[in-house]
Amino acid sequence: MTQAAPSASLRARSEAEAARLPALLAQARHLAGSVLLGQHGRRRAGLGDDFWQYRPVQEGDQRRQIDWRRSGRSDAEFVREREWQIAQTVMMWVDGAASMRFSSDKNLLQKADRAQLLALAAAILLDRGGERVGLTGHALPPRRGAAQIIRLAAVFASAEAQADYGVPDARGLPPQGHALFLSDFLGDFDGVHAALTGAADRGVRGVLMQILDPAEEAFPYRGRAIFDSIGGTLSHETLKADDLRDRYLSRLAERKDALRRLCAATGWQYHCHHTDASAQSALLWLHRALGGGAAR
Amino acid sequence: MTIGVLGFTAPWLLIALALLPVLWILLRAVPPAPVRRRFPGVALLLGLRDEDSAADRTPWWLLLLRMLALAAVIVAMAGPVLNPRGEDEARGTGNLVILLDGSWASARDWQGARDLLDIALAEAGRDGRPVALMRLTDPQPPEFQAADAWRSRLAGLEPAAWAPTAEMMARAADLVTGQEFDTLWVSDGLAYEGRLDLFRALEGRGTVTIHQTAQPLLALTPARAAKGALELTAQRLAPGPAREVTVLAHGRDPSGIPRVLATLPLSFDAGAAQATGALTLPGELSARLTRFEIAGQGHAGAVTLTDDSLRRREVALIAGREDREGLELLSPLHYLERALQPSAALMDGALMDVLPANPDVIALADVATLSEAEKTALLEWTEAGGMLLRFAGPRLAASDVSRSAEDALMPVRLRKGGRSVGGAMSWGEPKALAPFADDSPFAGLAIPDDVTVTSQVMAQPDPTLAARVIAQLGDGTPLVTRKRIGQGQVVLFHVTANAEWSSLPLSGLFVQMLERLAISSGGATPVAEDLAGTTWQALQVLDGFGTLRDAGTLPGVPGEALLDAALGPDLRPGIYEGEDRRIARSVLGEGDTLASAVWPAGADIQGLDRAAETPLQGWLLAAALLLLSGDIIASLALSGRLLPVRTAAVLAALIMLPDPSAAQGRPPEALAGEVTLAHVLTGDRALDDLAHAGLRGLGETLFFRTTVEPGPPEGVDLETAELAFFPLLYWPITATQPTPSDAAYAKLNAYLRSGGLILFDTRDADIAGFGAASQNGARLQRLAAPLDIPPLEPVPGDHVLTRSFYLLQDFPGRYGGRPVWVEAAPEDAEQAPGMPFRDLNDGVTPVVIGGNDWAAAWAIDDNGAPMRPVGRGYAGERQREMAHRFGVNLVMHVLTGNYKSDQVHVPALLERLGQ
Repeated sequence: MTQAAPSASLRARSEAEAARLPALLAQARHLAGSVLLGQHGRRRAGLGDDFWQYRPVQEGDQRRQIDWRRSGRSDAEFVREREWQIAQTVMMWVDGAASMRFSSDKNLLQKADRAQLLALAAAILLDRGGERVGLTGHALPPRRGAAQIIRLAAVFASAEAQADYGVPDARGLPPQGHALFLSDFLGDFDGVHAALTGAADRGVRGVLMQILDPAEEAFPYRGRAIFDSIGGTLSHETLKADDLRDRYLSRLAERKDALRRLCAATGWQYHCHHTDASAQSALLWLHRALGGGAAR
Repeated sequence: MTIGVLGFTAPWLLIALALLPVLWILLRAVPPAPVRRRFPGVALLLGLRDEDSAADRTPWWLLLLRMLALAAVIVAMAGPVLNPRGEDEARGTGNLVILLDGSWASARDWQGARDLLDIALAEAGRDGRPVALMRLTDPQPPEFQAADAWRSRLAGLEPAAWAPTAEMMARAADLVTGQEFDTLWVSDGLAYEGRLDLFRALEGRGTVTIHQTAQPLLALTPARAAKGALELTAQRLAPGPAREVTVLAHGRDPSGIPRVLATLPLSFDAGAAQATGALTLPGELSARLTRFEIAGQGHAGAVTLTDDSLRRREVALIAGREDREGLELLSPLHYLERALQPSAALMDGALMDVLPANPDVIALADVATLSEAEKTALLEWTEAGGMLLRFAGPRLAASDVSRSAEDALMPVRLRKGGRSVGGAMSWGEPKALAPFADDSPFAGLAIPDDVTVTSQVMAQPDPTLAARVIAQLGDGTPLVTRKRIGQGQVVLFHVTANAEWSSLPLSGLFVQMLERLAISSGGATPVAEDLAGTTWQALQVLDGFGTLRDAGTLPGVPGEALLDAALGPDLRPGIYEGEDRRIARSVLGEGDTLASAVWPAGADIQGLDRAAETPLQGWLLAAALLLLSGDIIASLALSGRLLPVRTAAVLAALIMLPDPSAAQGRPPEALAGEVTLAHVLTGDRALDDLAHAGLRGLGETLFFRTTVEPGPPEGVDLETAELAFFPLLYWPITATQPTPSDAAYAKLNAYLRSGGLILFDTRDADIAGFGAASQNGARLQRLAAPLDIPPLEPVPGDHVLTRSFYLLQDFPGRYGGRPVWVEAAPEDAEQAPGMPFRDLNDGVTPVVIGGNDWAAAWAIDDNGAPMRPVGRGYAGERQREMAHRFGVNLVMHVLTGNYKSDQVHVPALLERLGQ
């Protein structure tokens, strides 16, 4: 029994996770599908193999770009444009630290769940757009294809960091690539700062999405209380929690401001998302931010 | 230990109260326990300090709450008892005799005495003491029984209307000799002869505890008529400060209804034991008085009854023609008037005018002839109890009245002319009166020497004459004769009413004779000698509370005892009727006074109010528990762990959730404007909701499938609602629903007669068979019994219900296949040849009765989904569909009647059209 127990628990866990995986995937596909509805993906001219359009020759076009066969059928000269097919690499970091496993209400998703859902949905969108998606810190090298989505989901399902607060892992970011960091960014600010400046140094631009629980935004606590971090490493005792609210909120605002300024300095984009808000709006914003970033 | 009215069984526990301040300090030093919360944002909180460090203390009111709770527990543990029995009142163990005075004086505090007895008996019951109950007013040998047996008889215990006499006291003392017992003596506080002796006798048997009321007792002595007014005297026990009391004069109004005719305020001066007042009433009113009562006393002593002695007799005086104007002394009525004035009410007027006033006496002075009408009326009045007093005179002597034959209104026949003796033209001396015979009403009256008779009318000797003479002259000639007519009598004075023929009207004897004839009985109290040998029958008697009751079959009372004998079971206070008058006997005699009971020194005397011992421990513990639960709520509120706002809001919303079936009360226009299905509110909320949902479901079905488009269904309270708007009333039966009132049944019957239909649903699948022992079925029978329901039969195959919209064979609801009953077809219904069904009765069956629980099958929720499962799978859905179809058919049947039956004639009609 004692020997069977670990394997049994492993099997139970893996079954539970396997059961969760399709759910997450399905959710993410559903979410991504709703974004794509009625839109065209990366349909724009660029380097690639497929024909995109003929356009009149403009100033600066090289002569060998002229498609003579098309030009022969008319007086003007045309250039044959191909569809943009350069694959971008978008590296993601989804905070799996303990602080993300929090929801103030049983009707709300945990922050980690929302973060993973958004990341996966964004990955699906990016994959459809032809981008390569991976995870930072050598957790999952960037690849294309549906298999990569499955892999991503598997990693999300199995990743359980022990640390109380996550620090962005900027390792393995390809230069000039794109990055997506999803976290609550409540932990050490220096780590975020170091990661972002390091990434910016390598020409990586990206998106910072802060995911917060409504309780963290509102601080609806009263009376004598001891606040423990989820991991249990930090605790703070107060006699009148309601007295702390204003000062907590100002600190939170400070933190958001700092993040915003850091993003502005490094050319990243910052967005704050709450778990009680719709995931779709967050995904739309992500899509624009990433797409815009990739297009530039 | 006892503090005030509180006693403690374990008083040393109260020392623990001293710990409370210590606890106060301790509790104050310890802040409330913190809540542990998981919160990722704690990283942002680090380093924040509390600004207000005082808030950590428990608030003072919470501390106070806890202190109070603890104090309540401590006090409760010390065993507090309200109104404890002191140790000095050691409860006895042996027999207990409860001795009641039981007199009229205890009637006022009877309820208090009864409560006291109840407590005492309860205690005796707990101690297991045998108890005997004795009443001094009616001493019986003590009969020791269990206290509970006595307790159940307490309610029937009533005070007597008399007081214990010395003889009763002595008998009571005799009855209890030779036994050992303790005594509880409930006394009325009045002095009675023999009380002390009885006390001594009881003291010899065991301890004696006396309970007597301390409240001042008021009583009323009989009213006396004096100087045309009624003199009333109230007595009080224990003279005290000045006090006002009101005496009510009860009587009957002209229509015979008892009323308070007058009130008389009496005021006791400070220290005075009695108060006297005079009540002047018109003779008409005083004749109708029945009793006087001191307001608000409620015992027999405060009531005195009136009898004939208070009544001023009404005497109508009628003379013959008075042609000698101005000669007052010669007026035939002058002396009568003077004799009667003080004591009787005199009436003047023509005979026919005074007769309707029904006077007690009509005096005819020298009236010889009366008209036939007058004669008849006078005779009638006399027969009904009137007293006709006639005086002779020249006219009577000269007339032929009662000459040859006895006149109905004359006691004797008269000789013509009369006689004169001792006058100037005649021989002989004026005649004096002979002594009155013993059987004469005037017996015993002294005859003054100077009363002489000079003229008189003479009575014709007759066999009956001797019996009719009640006064005669010395030579034996009748002077006063009397004849009884019916209940009344006619009395003839053979002399004039003035001094012409005799000196009788000048003497005091005349007045006395009139009194004896009860003509002027005012103020005259009969004396014992008068009543000796007579028997008086009680008409009405007083009970202890001063209420007049019918005497029933109480035995008669000898006249000599009536006036003076002590009251008792044989002589109750009340009104007694004798031969020709009534005598009232009140509780207090004239001149009686009240005296307080005197007890020997050292007697244990207590008041009546004895509060029951009440242990307070339970109450205090409950209070402590309440305080502690308050503490829980307060603590939760303080630490922010009370119900979250959202949950509370949801709870509040649930509580305030409107009751769909209670949403009745739509205006009649709305109900009349569209077809409204209705269900009877049964009082079972769940059932009413289901019926509502069922009718809504049926309504939806009708809406989609037919042209009937019903409005929202309506819950109907049979007591208040108007039923005329509803074509169909669905009535689910529960075993517990209340029976409608008669008015509601009347409404229902009117509804049924005017074409309404009630669908009774016992909802029990008719397990027991229709009308048998199922609870709902039995209830249905009781509910429907007052309804106007025709004979019923199970739905026949050709009933219009089977084809009014859908073709149906059975009528399932949630249960299927049970018979449904409708109004029976007429016996002469015959199937016409070639027709598929009979030509049945017109109209709509007033009731449909079944037990298939249709509402459950029809019921839909707000989303339109069925609320209750029906059957299984497809078959179940099929059954639900059939249930809906039954509902559709039913509504169609209600709305269209036998329209579908009429189609049986369609071929014939078509044939006729074709011609």
